[in-house]
Amino acid sequence: MKRMGQRAFAYIIALAFLLIAILLGISIGTVSVPIGNIVQIIGAEIFRFISIDHIDPMQTNIVLSIRLPRVILAGLVGAALAIAGAAFQGLLRNPLADPYTLGVSSGASVGAVLTLFFQFSLPFVGAFTLPLLSILFAFLTIFVVLGFARKIDRAMKVETIILTGIIFSSFLGAFISLLIALTGDELRQIIGWLLGSVSMRGWSYIQIILPFFILGTIILIANSKELNAMSFGEERAQHLGVNVQRRKMVILIAGSILTGAAVAVSGTIGFVGLVIPHLTRMLWGPDHTHLLPLSILTGSSFLILADLVSRTIISPIELPIGVITALIGAPAFGIILMKRRSGERSGSDA
Amino acid sequence: MDQMLKVEQLSGGYARELIVKNVSFQVGEGELFGVLGPNGSGKTTLLKMISGILPFRQGRITIKGQSIKSYTMKELAKMIAVLSQHSSQAFSYTVKETVSLGRYAHQDGWFRSWSVEDERIVQEAMGQTGIASFQHKSIQDLSGGERQRVFLAQALVQEPEILLLDEPTNHLDLSYQKELLDLLKKWTGEKGLTVVSIFHDLNLASLYCDRLLLLENGGVHSNDIPNEVVKVEKIKEVYHTDVEKHPHPSIPVPQMVLLPKYGANEANVVIEPSYMQINKEYISLQSPIPLRTMSSGVVGSGLGWQHTFVNRHVDKSYDCSDHRQEMRQFLRERGFEPSETIGMMTAVHVEDVAYKLLKADGFSVLVIVTAGVGNAVDASKSVEHSFELIPGTINTWIFINGKLTEEAFIQSVMTATEAKVKAMENLKVVDIVTGTIATGTSTDSILIAATQTGKELEFAGTITPLGKLISQGVFQCTTEAIENSRKRKQQL
Repeated sequence: MKRMGQRAFAYIIALAFLLIAILLGISIGTVSVPIGNIVQIIGAEIFRFISIDHIDPMQTNIVLSIRLPRVILAGLVGAALAIAGAAFQGLLRNPLADPYTLGVSSGASVGAVLTLFFQFSLPFVGAFTLPLLSILFAFLTIFVVLGFARKIDRAMKVETIILTGIIFSSFLGAFISLLIALTGDELRQIIGWLLGSVSMRGWSYIQIILPFFILGTIILIANSKELNAMSFGEERAQHLGVNVQRRKMVILIAGSILTGAAVAVSGTIGFVGLVIPHLTRMLWGPDHTHLLPLSILTGSSFLILADLVSRTIISPIELPIGVITALIGAPAFGIILMKRRSGERSGSDA
Repeated sequence: MDQMLKVEQLSGGYARELIVKNVSFQVGEGELFGVLGPNGSGKTTLLKMISGILPFRQGRITIKGQSIKSYTMKELAKMIAVLSQHSSQAFSYTVKETVSLGRYAHQDGWFRSWSVEDERIVQEAMGQTGIASFQHKSIQDLSGGERQRVFLAQALVQEPEILLLDEPTNHLDLSYQKELLDLLKKWTGEKGLTVVSIFHDLNLASLYCDRLLLLENGGVHSNDIPNEVVKVEKIKEVYHTDVEKHPHPSIPVPQMVLLPKYGANEANVVIEPSYMQINKEYISLQSPIPLRTMSSGVVGSGLGWQHTFVNRHVDKSYDCSDHRQEMRQFLRERGFEPSETIGMMTAVHVEDVAYKLLKADGFSVLVIVTAGVGNAVDASKSVEHSFELIPGTINTWIFINGKLTEEAFIQSVMTATEAKVKAMENLKVVDIVTGTIATGTSTDSILIAATQTGKELEFAGTITPLGKLISQGVFQCTTEAIENSRKRKQQL
């Protein structure tokens, strides 16, 4: 069947794109590592019997301790933001929704900044204090935003939700600025974290995000059909047999987990959750059973490449990765908005 | 008939407001049940409670003998499907993807794959709703009517036993409205599908529903067969508007028509001889307002509303295979609009017309007759005549400045005919075939036209005030017209 072939093709393209992004991400830098060497080094790491004695130990060190964790972290953050964005867009029936525009990212930032500001650590969770607080604040934010939007407009029009999200983003941003103003020594730490980066995080950050990423992703993918149904409106979904109240809650929680975890390890990186799902949907269709996995693949490739650009474009100076994604994402956002407006106008009489 | 859906003393609404109040009704399997009521009467709220979207405060909703609350969402979705007025589609799903979503409730487990059975059901539903040909198209590229059919197909693949519809024909043009309702009616009969549908259009509801529920202010006003619910008094009471009830012209269901305000305060027109125009070729009368007419003739006959009336002289040798078409052509050439005109023909010279305006208390009647008795026939012996269509020789026009009932129209025809027969008898007009006194000619035409303003005239029997004027006018004019025509013959 034609459509089946198209689907397989989509996955092959997305996987190939990811593989290329990973290899480029590891290979390019102040010290160039040939792709053949990368394959051997990683192969040797996995299958211990492969000998890599002929490769410079410094290259091995760069690949395994610096570039590979960086690429994997960028990939995980990109994937988490993209799938969370795809889920928020489906749930809110709005191609303009994403963790950033909804204020979730800012909420997660507040959680993280508070942790850094007060330098506290929760009992039993230790190093997981920051991601946990990020997730908690992300979650609180989405609920406050949606509750506020519902108060203004019972129909919860998309525009209302987005405006509410932007209001909360600004408010939370101001709150973060306040904390920064009150900060003495931790200033550098907070600013550095806020600008968003996946550099010099090492394997420990991957350990922080990975469990949350796996958990959130499994929950969202398990709710693909429900997301499809809810794309047609909550009432329609309920008529189709979806337990809307419960599913909505579960999806919001999973989205917040993913956003919170991503923000916790890399700071606020905007537009990935907006542009990637939209692009994926345009290319391969809106069916969430495929949109979510394809968004993961495309999102991680995109952020790996964005990170590559951020550290090579004016090397040796390293730009914050959020700058790159915003430079690409903001115009894309504008184009989407314009297309949507003109689409609404021409489609209104249909 | 098994009770599919039972609603008992149901009350509920939103936040503080009680919208549906103490509503009870039952719907049997295979019934097409219509819900009517003005805006804000609680139709949609009621439907939302039945579909499980909106919790209710009091009462019970039972489906197949079990309370609706005992079913899970999925179980409910396997029994009830809903087609609502508005459906949002933020993303460009294809038609097939959209329809396939209807199988959600039937797919248990997280990773249950699409079965052959699912595919068959989806294809079947797309076939039935006529959307299979564009199943790979995006729903955002469809017209409102096509999209509505996609969502109908989605509801169908749920394989429901009850289909709830909220104004299903909204957004649909005339032919799709009919198509959709025909389809639903067929399924109720063939598959035993139970349909509960909100209607805005009383006439559509009367045409298709087995029973109707009329809501008023959230309560049940009536619940009965269409003929009992769609009654002038009830509709006036609930909708607070002027309506009239008429039987459907071809099937035995009631139909309501609105009475617009502008019709009532039309200037009080009185049809008088001054509106007439007589020349060699034709007599015409052009009314400033359309008149309610009942007539026989060449064009515009039957029941209707007409502006213009033309009685045309044609030669005795007039012979045209399609005289209707020729008459229309004639009218058009003379500047008359055929669709608003009643046209008659006569071989009589129309200048020999006789007319008279008769007045009574509060109304008046204008009678106009052209007559020739060349084809005089005794109706009691008409079997002896061969059938031949010859241009009519006694054409009687009766214009009534008053408001007539349908019954009065019919009685007017009777009264006029009786007066005509008497005039023929008085003048001893003989049927040349049988040699007896004739009762008319073989092709007489009649027109009763009323302004429908002014005095209400319920009857037109011979001794009613209207009947008296008609019989007097027709008798006198027919006599005079026949005499005029005889004089002309003698002069020749």
